[in-house]
Amino acid sequence: MSVYAYDQIDRDMLADRAAEFRGQVTRRLAGDLSEDQFKPLRLMNGLYLQLHAYMLRVAIPYGALDGRQLRALAEISREFDKGYGHFTTRTNIQFHWIRLKDAPDILDRLAAVDLHAIQTSGNCIRNVTADPYAGATAEEVDDPRVWSEAIRQWSTFHPEFTYLPRKFKIAVTGSAKDRTAARSHDIGLKLTRNRDGQLGFEVMVGGGMGRTPYLGPTIREFLPARSLLSYLTAILRVYNRLGRRDNIYKARIKILVAATGAEDFGRQVEAEWAALDQAAIDLPDLELARIRTAFGVVPFEALPARSTAFEAARAADPAFARFARNNLAPHKRPGYAIVNISLKAPGETPGDATAEQMEAVAGLAERYGQDDIRVTHAQNLVLPHVKLDDLPVVFAELQRHGLATPNLDLVTDIIACPGLDYCALANARAIPIAQDIARRFETPDRAEAIGELKIKISGCINACGHHHVGHIGILGVDKKGEEFYQLSLGGSGAEDASLAAILGPALPADQVAPAVEALVDAYLGLRSDASERFLDTYRRLGPAPFKEAVYADADQA
Amino acid sequence: MPTLIRLEDGAFVEAADPFTAVADDMPVPAEGAVVLPLARFEAEGAGLLDEGRPVGVLLQPDEAVEGLAYDLPRLALVALAFPKFRDGRAYSSAALLRSRLGFAGEIRAVGDVLREQARDMARCGFDAFVPSDGSGAADWTAAAGRYRHVYQTAADHRAPAFVERESE
Repeated sequence: MSVYAYDQIDRDMLADRAAEFRGQVTRRLAGDLSEDQFKPLRLMNGLYLQLHAYMLRVAIPYGALDGRQLRALAEISREFDKGYGHFTTRTNIQFHWIRLKDAPDILDRLAAVDLHAIQTSGNCIRNVTADPYAGATAEEVDDPRVWSEAIRQWSTFHPEFTYLPRKFKIAVTGSAKDRTAARSHDIGLKLTRNRDGQLGFEVMVGGGMGRTPYLGPTIREFLPARSLLSYLTAILRVYNRLGRRDNIYKARIKILVAATGAEDFGRQVEAEWAALDQAAIDLPDLELARIRTAFGVVPFEALPARSTAFEAARAADPAFARFARNNLAPHKRPGYAIVNISLKAPGETPGDATAEQMEAVAGLAERYGQDDIRVTHAQNLVLPHVKLDDLPVVFAELQRHGLATPNLDLVTDIIACPGLDYCALANARAIPIAQDIARRFETPDRAEAIGELKIKISGCINACGHHHVGHIGILGVDKKGEEFYQLSLGGSGAEDASLAAILGPALPADQVAPAVEALVDAYLGLRSDASERFLDTYRRLGPAPFKEAVYADADQA
Repeated sequence: MPTLIRLEDGAFVEAADPFTAVADDMPVPAEGAVVLPLARFEAEGAGLLDEGRPVGVLLQPDEAVEGLAYDLPRLALVALAFPKFRDGRAYSSAALLRSRLGFAGEIRAVGDVLREQARDMARCGFDAFVPSDGSGAADWTAAAGRYRHVYQTAADHRAPAFVERESE
């Protein structure tokens, strides 16, 4: 047991939803519903009509899966799609080639393994983002999955918050090191303890990407943990009542918070919260304990911190040594590691995984990883609990399936939205740009010498590729029918959150990868030493030398 | 005549509507029950109540229910407008009327009111509906009854999952 174990109530919910949607699809296929009438219904089930076909977005609650669930996703991709799926920056998975008539069967298949597509679209509370290292990192104050599951239940079919001004995204991080981009969410929650040792949350509200990016300000330094749901209710109610509905681009809570001012907004929330019947909303301690218990206990073994097998493999195989340097993170237990699986192999689409790859990861999780798999907002996968002793075998198996790319957080570990290749909203392609850049840096030595460098690409202003918080952000824009790309530098979605600033005029598609190369070369010449990241050098020196590097280079090209 | 659906003791039933909805530019009929827009109610409501006539108020989504708190005990109904079904402000208005302002009269959904909203509306405290999609009581019964459980407390006092689990 590694994911939250559904009880009968949780299962009934999914079964009822699947049955409801089957009825709606039947009415649509029979012509009893027009596309206009059907659209809001299918969107409530994560079914989008895209450029080529229907796209189904399946929720992966707070990015946590077990092997059985990942195998089911693989089967669905094979049977109903083209044999692959796309993991998104919101830790969901999308199938881009779905036929409407198959959608009800897919929901049934999902429900059979406790998965669903509920609230993966529409102006409602979406899937929660949580730290992919939850339960495995020594940094964490408390396990964010417990609170994320509480939020999942509270927000599922919330009768008051199903027709919000705009979509609503919540992130929960359990550690100071933020792997969720908490300040870029509508609500960011950071677990913390106060001076008395009491568990609670720092509450950040009003962050977001899109055409008006904001980092969410903190409106409460410490909220007692058990008051979480009533406090969220207060925030959502204030937003539901006062958020703008006249302009889709001004409808997110970030606009309301910025217009009201964080302090005033915080006061309105506090006033609403004080007037709420908190006891009726907040989960009783016993229910919180039940949820915690339903995640099970990982049967860790007492192991030495040093593994002979691991050290021997590292000494013998440079490829394994490189993977170990770049893709492993320390585990809270001696003798274990957190394994990052990059879905950014050179030349591949960021975030795509084939059915065979999904099954391989499921198998590894079952055999060597406590049956636990996580999806990250950087569109990679994580095996959070692997013994050091097993790492050589796990690595070999990953290699066999093209999953051992040793580039976590390096220049080739690029986040990209589906872009114009799939998405009806996009202005420009994102995937080919990512592929171009990845090819330029495909020599692993070079990528490693450059160090941490997060490139994020969005195909339009909606910023699904999180370009505002990229060390290098790339935004596709349409200039008189041609695809151009705007570069921004200096963003971060981590605990040192900042928004990237536009570097200069947009570039045509074929000049983007050369420009990135020019930026990297400039950085390598400017950095004080190898420990200074691209982001740090940019913060130290400002845009001038980078601007010169790109635009001088572009002139010559 | 649009259909009026009432939620009575958990059952959706079609009912005759004794109320006349008075538009902004329309004279108040000489007798009978009326629903007035907020501005009209503020100007003319007291007189009509003095005549002993049942009076309701129609609130637009940007009109705060708290403004009616003083008058609520005298009102027969509050109608909450849905200019578009996607405009969800009235759900908060209904929830506040029931759970904070203690309003026990009718809360009526008017405007772009679709059967697919039945469950959410009922949960937030609506108990009367004027559908705009031609649906009838049977459709509302089916739409509202599709789910066996709820996860959160709301104005309808259905036991949420965490209470169901406690009693297991």
